[in-house]
Amino acid sequence: MRFSALALARNAFSFHENWPQFWRSPPPRSAYDVIIVGAGGHGLATAYYLAREHGIRNVAVLEKGWLGGGNTGRNTTVVRSNYFYPESARLYDFSLRLYEGLSRELGFNVMLSQRGMLTIGHSTHHVELLTRWVNALRLNGIDGELLSAQQVRAWLPLLNDSPDARHPVMGGLLQRRGGVARHDAVAWGYARAADALGVDIIQDCEVTGFIRDGHRVVGVETTQGTMRANKIALAVAGHSGVLAAKAGFRLPITSYALQAFVTEPVKPVLDCVVLSMASGTYLSQSDKGELVVGGGLDLYPSYAQRGNLPTLQGVVQGLLEMFPCFSRLRLMRQWAGIVDVVHDSSPIIDRAPVEGIYINCGWGTGGFKAIPAGGFVFAHLLATGRPHALAESFTLARFESGALIDEAAAAGISH
Amino acid sequence: MLRIRCPWCGPRDEPEFRWGGEASGARPGPPQQVSDSAWAEYLFLRDNAKGLVRERWLHALGCRQWFIVVRDTATHEIRATGPIEP
Repeated sequence: MRFSALALARNAFSFHENWPQFWRSPPPRSAYDVIIVGAGGHGLATAYYLAREHGIRNVAVLEKGWLGGGNTGRNTTVVRSNYFYPESARLYDFSLRLYEGLSRELGFNVMLSQRGMLTIGHSTHHVELLTRWVNALRLNGIDGELLSAQQVRAWLPLLNDSPDARHPVMGGLLQRRGGVARHDAVAWGYARAADALGVDIIQDCEVTGFIRDGHRVVGVETTQGTMRANKIALAVAGHSGVLAAKAGFRLPITSYALQAFVTEPVKPVLDCVVLSMASGTYLSQSDKGELVVGGGLDLYPSYAQRGNLPTLQGVVQGLLEMFPCFSRLRLMRQWAGIVDVVHDSSPIIDRAPVEGIYINCGWGTGGFKAIPAGGFVFAHLLATGRPHALAESFTLARFESGALIDEAAAAGISH
Repeated sequence: MLRIRCPWCGPRDEPEFRWGGEASGARPGPPQQVSDSAWAEYLFLRDNAKGLVRERWLHALGCRQWFIVVRDTATHEIRATGPIEP
């Protein structure tokens, strides 16, 4: 089914009750070429690019809950590519470029809005860091501009610029191509497009174990029966360690809760994504008018998808320090996703130590912006057996060789 | 908000404490004889279990002692705390 003005008009006559389902819900078959575990953005994008780029269509995507109900539906929808190191810059900018064409590619509006991402520095040290960061962006061929304090204030008049502000505004880094996209639409768009190419998406199907043939894993045991496949691809973010334990290996990953919340909707007040280097609080305004706010990780590992109060308080304090005028807004919803944090804050796209299993994980707090690229390079690895040129550095071997890509330290923030 | 019972100070609120990692794995040595893979395993690989885990915590804004917490990472329930035993 293709969307068009005509289809919209035709369905209006039946009160929009006869739109076909976006994807099938087929019963699982006993064997596939590739089984992808996790129907979030990365898993669905992997399935789509496997079918589209490599012609591998005998693919199942298994999801223990509902499609896009994990971190894909829990993030703050920011897309950007202002990364420091050349390896990350290439990968994340490739992702942003795919996002720029994604609505057309999938025939599904992912509501990409490149409204700009502004990172604010509050001290001379921050400004030095931002200057270094902008220089790296330019060397990597990525758009980025250093703004003076006056330019930041002109860009964001609501910002607290009183002389006794706890965090005075000293400068900023603007990536104009940064912005937001509709997170659910990204999952639904990839799911619909993958399904149209023959991929089976099986929800409510939890992987409970692996089937082995000697050293090799040849299938999965699930709550809907056993399925065999030559290649099992894990794209389960915060639960990567849980599945790794079932398969008998360990990963350099610690799972934390990352919180976000939204305020009640208000009229348009904020037309970019803004991040404070002092507090780590960042926010944007959704199309519904809600302010979507996030910050740093909770302070200890967690698999509880809710987060704890002290971190939330810290994020709110950071928000009100930047925008005192938001102090009377009520919070409507608060939630958390379980993110897979690696020591160098860079992803892992590689074969697992157990033969037959492939992993796409370690995106930590920044997985949403990487969905198109993550799916693209993971599909390449699954189809060809070799890492994609953009992902050669993001293997498990770096932890032994020491060639870490330490984005957390480079960016000066947690994500 | 967690309430954590420090073995020396009693129950205190979460912001007084700092999480200090899984309480497992002795540091391999001596350094000259440790292979890269053994060192990488010690330094980077984690159990990262969903469920009961043994962790080291520091009472950073209290007595500044390290101690052991047995905690459920799926529910945040704290089962037990106690001193680090050698």
